[in-house]
Amino acid sequence: MVEPLVTDPLPIEGASRARHRWLPWALLRLGGVVFVLWAVATVTFFAIRLIPGDPAEAIVGGPGSQASAEALAQARADYGLDQPLLTQYLTYLSHLVRGDLGNSYSLRSPVVDVIGENIGGTLLLAVVSLVVASLIALGVAALSVRGGRLASALASLLEVIAAAVPHFWLAIALILLFSTVLGWLPPVSVPGVAGLVLPVLTLAIPLAGFLGQVMRESILAAISSPFVLASRARGENERGVFWRHALRHAAIPAIGLTGWAFGALISGAVVVETIFARPGLGRSLLSAVQQRDVPLVLGVVLVVAVGYMLVTTLTDLADRLVDPRVVRR
Amino acid sequence: MKIRAIVAGAILLFIAVAALAPGVLAPTDPLAIHPLESFRPPSFEHLFGTDESGRDILTRVIHGAGASLLIGLSATAIGVSIAVVLGLLAGLGPRWLDFGTTRFLEVLFAFPGLLFALLFIVIYGPGIVTSTIAVGLATAPGYARIIRSTVLQVRRAPYLEAATVLGRGRAYRIVHHLLPNVAGSLFVLVTLGIGQSIVWASSLSYLGLGAVPPAPEWGAMLSAGRTYITSFWWMTFFPGAFIVLTAVATTLLGRSIQDRTRS
Repeated sequence: MVEPLVTDPLPIEGASRARHRWLPWALLRLGGVVFVLWAVATVTFFAIRLIPGDPAEAIVGGPGSQASAEALAQARADYGLDQPLLTQYLTYLSHLVRGDLGNSYSLRSPVVDVIGENIGGTLLLAVVSLVVASLIALGVAALSVRGGRLASALASLLEVIAAAVPHFWLAIALILLFSTVLGWLPPVSVPGVAGLVLPVLTLAIPLAGFLGQVMRESILAAISSPFVLASRARGENERGVFWRHALRHAAIPAIGLTGWAFGALISGAVVVETIFARPGLGRSLLSAVQQRDVPLVLGVVLVVAVGYMLVTTLTDLADRLVDPRVVRR
Repeated sequence: MKIRAIVAGAILLFIAVAALAPGVLAPTDPLAIHPLESFRPPSFEHLFGTDESGRDILTRVIHGAGASLLIGLSATAIGVSIAVVLGLLAGLGPRWLDFGTTRFLEVLFAFPGLLFALLFIVIYGPGIVTSTIAVGLATAPGYARIIRSTVLQVRRAPYLEAATVLGRGRAYRIVHHLLPNVAGSLFVLVTLGIGQSIVWASSLSYLGLGAVPPAPEWGAMLSAGRTYITSFWWMTFFPGAFIVLTAVATTLLGRSIQDRTRS
């Protein structure tokens, strides 16, 4: 993504990190973020114009509503649809810069408010799921690395199955087991911790499958690498080797996957929030898609794009801090 | 790791037979209605139970394999075809083209998979065809990035340098050396991708945006059973289990091919 900024003929860890110029990196990164957001906004704006049919009809209640010509004209004027396309686009961008995402067709309230009400639930769900998934993946990877070949093969199979399970099916299976059969947890998401358990497990298990595969590979590579041999030669015990070296190396590819994981969690949230009737961005997005509520769909997509750019920028930063080799490359 | 490939092959063989000749495995009509036998739980007579019209779920799952597999294959084909074009443009073209394509892919990455599919569906409406195209488009950027890096890797390989030294032309090098070597990893991508495409497409069907009942397609069966989840769980559980089975089998097969080509 970003060109190497430091070409050091004889790199020494501390020295190269100190000499790494942060300002050009930050400026490049910022430029990239602004570009992607502008492109996302533009692509979605023009993509929405491809929708067949009159958007004014969607505003007044769908094609079946048989609205009067006056009502349609009024809706067009209200939402600026009677303006030339370029004017609409520039108005849209200038509103966007000021944080105004327009009004939802179906809910008749500002999109910013709808997103504000729903973003918290999705963030909580995504963050807790990411933490739980990382813990499961790390635990399975650690156990299988120590447990020998059979344990490793078993863990590998479990990871493949976990990664292949569709969210909706996992949700059904978990509801069947924990609500219908055992009766331990509610089948719909109620406020509080009990309501969070099943949605989090549904999102975390497939993610743990993906993360586990990557982590295990890098732990195995680290354990058979020269620096681990050297630390063993210095007399470090197995526990030290694992915690000090293998774990740090497992973190590197996992950090690299965080941007992707963010996308997977948001995609999963659409399904999970719908099944568990949990308020959130994903459920709002799905109902907006079903009702062709264009401003709301655009707003959610833009917010997700901002979130994605934030996450990838942060992980790029984290990568540079955890793995000094990145800066040198 | 031979067992892995054998198990995966056996599962896929079964699904392939179901897809090509469903009558062999399940001779009865998947659409035949038996109102008196509706909502039967799994038994020896109906291994997977029956649905709201008394249709045998096992029969319907077997007859649905063809459509589901076709959706997965088509979506993967769409995604990989677009990705090959983008990946080759970026990997072989001049620097500005690589720069442009990479930026374009970065923009696409800001739309996480299902979101991109939903955006496509909001424009072109729900249905089996649009949801298949949506899944294909949503998976294309990921494939394109992998193909681009494979092309760049192969470009630097010693055998290509050797071919250049031997005086082979650019077109010859691309057709005889680069493409065959990229094709190997492409094959793995496709195998791994089919399972994922089926999972994505069935998720869209489950949300009511893809295939619609009464077609015996796995996603459509899931969305039909959705209303009865708490009382008649077998209606969604078994079609879903076949999606999982297919996805796991294709992943295992893809992995074994990957390991073989690597060593």
